[in-house]
Amino acid sequence: MTTEAATIGLTHGGSEDTGLGHRGPESKSIVVPYGFWLFVLSDMVLFSALFASYGTLVQATDGGPTTHQLFHRDLVAVETIALLLSSFVCGLAMIAAKRANMVWTQAWLIMTGLLGAVFLGIELYEFASMIGEGAGPQRSAFLSSFFTLVGCHGAHVTAGLLWLGTMMAQIWAKGFQQHIVRRLLCFSIFWHALDIIWVGIFTIVYLIGTL
Amino acid sequence: MTEDENNLLDVAPGSPHDNIVSEVAAYVIGLGLALLMTGVSFWVASTSVLWGPGVAVGLVVLAIAQIGIHLVFFLHVTSGPDNTNNVLALAFGALIVFLVMIGTIWIMAHMNANVGMAPEMMNLQMQR
Repeated sequence: MTTEAATIGLTHGGSEDTGLGHRGPESKSIVVPYGFWLFVLSDMVLFSALFASYGTLVQATDGGPTTHQLFHRDLVAVETIALLLSSFVCGLAMIAAKRANMVWTQAWLIMTGLLGAVFLGIELYEFASMIGEGAGPQRSAFLSSFFTLVGCHGAHVTAGLLWLGTMMAQIWAKGFQQHIVRRLLCFSIFWHALDIIWVGIFTIVYLIGTL
Repeated sequence: MTEDENNLLDVAPGSPHDNIVSEVAAYVIGLGLALLMTGVSFWVASTSVLWGPGVAVGLVVLAIAQIGIHLVFFLHVTSGPDNTNNVLALAFGALIVFLVMIGTIWIMAHMNANVGMAPEMMNLQMQR
């Protein structure tokens, strides 16, 4: 029991096992989150390519609107706070889930989802008003790369919200079984990773773009 | 709570004992530091007190610091022996990320500056 469910964090629960194979394969509760961690890192590599193309094309405005004219820092600040709090609350949900507390887990997960929805709503509002001003992705290479980078992050958040709803339903229907909690842990890794990518976006795209 | 149940819990960074207080505290500290970094980032970007050309570099440094905070306090990536595999994977990921980003921007800036073509082709700013 202790080794099988030793931990639902990324750590090995403080054991002296180095994970170098002395005791054979690790338990699923270690291997699955590790594999998901590798996926998240490869997702970061995907985003690094989008950041690189954005950095290359940010000046290529073709006489159209520039970063200074398009971006509003106050909106971005609200987005940033919403996503950061969402990430934090997701961590609280994991703490509740470890203790198999249904009410608090669901409550924190709803908070996570609502804050994520606030973030997504503001982002969609920003996109809609930009496209309304004629600054859509087809306007210039800069705007193409902007919508690809930020839109890809927004698509990840959308997928995360769908995943979140699925997890809430599964926890509700099946309880805190090991494989369900494992999926929830993978979701929390995904959600924290999205916030990490957003740190790069609000710094490089919005803050440096409006210096 | 029995001994067995205690073993089910995650280890909060910097605390060998597993309890809900230290675990929540880790997230709260992480949130506080991340909020601080975010606030400083927005302040640095809008103030005119600082030396202008250094601001962008400072913002990148702040972003990297905040990413570190997220990794440690939210994702529990630590330097402990039980985290070796996670850290190695992260190091490789970070290497690729930096190679792709710095490499692309560096090379494309040089191409933009050095490759002589017809004037309308030369400047990336002119391309749609």
